[in-house]
Amino acid sequence: MTETVTRPHRDHLVRWAADKPEVLVLSADLTSSCEADAFRDAYPQRFFSLGMAEQNMMGFAAGLAREGFFPYIHTFAVFVTRRPFDQVAMAIAYPNLPVRLVGFLPGLTTPGGVTHQAIDDVGLMRLIPNMTVLEAGDATEVTSILDVAQAVDGPVYIRQLRGEVPRLFPADEPMRLGRARLLADGDDLCVISSGICTEEALRATAALQDRGLGVRHLHVSTLKPFDDPAVLEALSAVRAGVVTMENHSIIGGLGAAVAERMAGHGIGRRLLRLGLRDTYAHGASRPYLLREYGLDAAALVRAAEDLTGTRLDIDEADLAAVRVGTLTAAEKTEDL
Amino acid sequence: MPEAMPQAAQRPPAAPDVGIPPDATAAAVRRVADAVRRRVLDYTLKNNGGYLSQACSSAETLATLYLRVMRLGASQAPLVPRPFAGVPGPSNPDAFTGADYNGPQGPALDRFIFSPVHYALVLYSLLIELGRLGPNGLDAFNQDGSTVELIGAEHSPGHEVTAGSLGQALSQAGGIALARRLKGETGRVWVFMSDGEFQEGQTWEAFAALAHHRIGNLGVYIDANAQQCDGAMAEVMTIEPLAERLRAFGADVHEVDGHDSDALAAAADGFGTGDRPLVVIARTDPCRGIELMRKRAPKLHYLRFTSDAERRAYENALNSWVRGD
Repeated sequence: MTETVTRPHRDHLVRWAADKPEVLVLSADLTSSCEADAFRDAYPQRFFSLGMAEQNMMGFAAGLAREGFFPYIHTFAVFVTRRPFDQVAMAIAYPNLPVRLVGFLPGLTTPGGVTHQAIDDVGLMRLIPNMTVLEAGDATEVTSILDVAQAVDGPVYIRQLRGEVPRLFPADEPMRLGRARLLADGDDLCVISSGICTEEALRATAALQDRGLGVRHLHVSTLKPFDDPAVLEALSAVRAGVVTMENHSIIGGLGAAVAERMAGHGIGRRLLRLGLRDTYAHGASRPYLLREYGLDAAALVRAAEDLTGTRLDIDEADLAAVRVGTLTAAEKTEDL
Repeated sequence: MPEAMPQAAQRPPAAPDVGIPPDATAAAVRRVADAVRRRVLDYTLKNNGGYLSQACSSAETLATLYLRVMRLGASQAPLVPRPFAGVPGPSNPDAFTGADYNGPQGPALDRFIFSPVHYALVLYSLLIELGRLGPNGLDAFNQDGSTVELIGAEHSPGHEVTAGSLGQALSQAGGIALARRLKGETGRVWVFMSDGEFQEGQTWEAFAALAHHRIGNLGVYIDANAQQCDGAMAEVMTIEPLAERLRAFGADVHEVDGHDSDALAAAADGFGTGDRPLVVIARTDPCRGIELMRKRAPKLHYLRFTSDAERRAYENALNSWVRGD
């Protein structure tokens, strides 16, 4: 059974920043919602409330970064990437300043509807020169993502998770910049997933392998730069084709990055991109939305059937029965 | 506090500017401002167009800032501007800003943030008059591969941040001012803005934040020439009553004749120890010193000669100016 960690970012941020006096947190009226309240209470002199005024907040962050500080902006992903896009591009990214933009509620993880659902944030941030784009997929990555970001010379967009977060990866195997995680190996089908879609993919890949399909499954947490040789090797190695799964529009995000990579290297395989197909979503529960928009385990099974041209006879019960616990290290929580 | 401060921050304050007494008089400002207008007109003719009205309106304000308000060390930059060294990025250690024309950084020294970067030629011309840029510093103006760009960038002489998307520099200056307070520095941060930038919502977000965080080491000079790209601001989108609006946002507001250097300088007297930002609204005339410009009102934003006759008229104005007619 997968371990679930409650609000892993909240306390980790406090511990992590304890010996980093140059780390500041800037917030735009969503402090508790972005699990920055414990930091605020622990280090009030390093926490700055800038109100519902994201454009100005980006400029303040840029100015603080020019003076040697490391501002960690905490707000919802939509308010990091859409509303102040010009400020992020001009004040922060052009001068390559070490501002860390921590965006919460990626994609369909919120029932808040279209205004709160960041379905284009990865694409927007990938477009910006100098920007590094990271995405957390589980509790281990939610915490280790800060070390990865802090080591980057330049701005970083962190697509972050909050609340109840599963631990899919061992706590002692932290995220590494530009390195995908190999979760299953096989030669028929390549599955590349990111963020919360990895949990969904894991439910399907085990069932696919039970049916004799060789699946090479990679979890990607560095969306830019997108140059991991293991990804290229996996794309080239499989027989039937490639499926990408992302909690984002299929334009501009992981699926697009994979397509660019395949085209650039002349990898002639079919590619099916699971994600939002050039559509907005709406306010509803996460399982409902993942099913409605085809981002769930069943969608991956359908994609596998399409690429292999075979009926796999995997039903909902098979997927629900699959446990991802075999790939976790819940017993290692003391490593935190 | 950051453990590793930029090297420049650890240097002692440098000597005052070359050849310019820190207690310059209004007469010195007038002389410099006239020379700035003349040079900008000259380059406007050479380029068959330019941002000339901005020189007419802002020459005294910028000259007063450099000669009578800001505490700057001597320029650390070459007299002949460096060529463009590429955009900043992790793989380009050669990228630089033009801030070193304003002297070194130091805890007690002021910083200058230039917001309306289409005024760049005014600033370059001023830097020449102050000896911070060589007399040939404009040879590369508006030339490919040069940092002396038509619209200033952060690598252009006298510039420090990316500000050409108007209304963004004040927020960046606010972050710098807040950081300097956190580091216990006594130097102030001065921002030069145009009045059109007060149409941007971000400017008001910034003033709300400055007041909320009691940032008292940041002062703003506004060139309130009441004109913008489409014409008169009153027709495009009025920002008035600007002084009342800024006071309501918590700033210490002074409204002065922007061609009166004594009034411009007096507004900044003793500033830097309180807990409110300072705003000096410099009410200015976008045709000051070049009467020919009035014929074009209210379209003054960018001067592009519409006929040879008009161009000759401006040439004659420049020639008679140089002769001292």
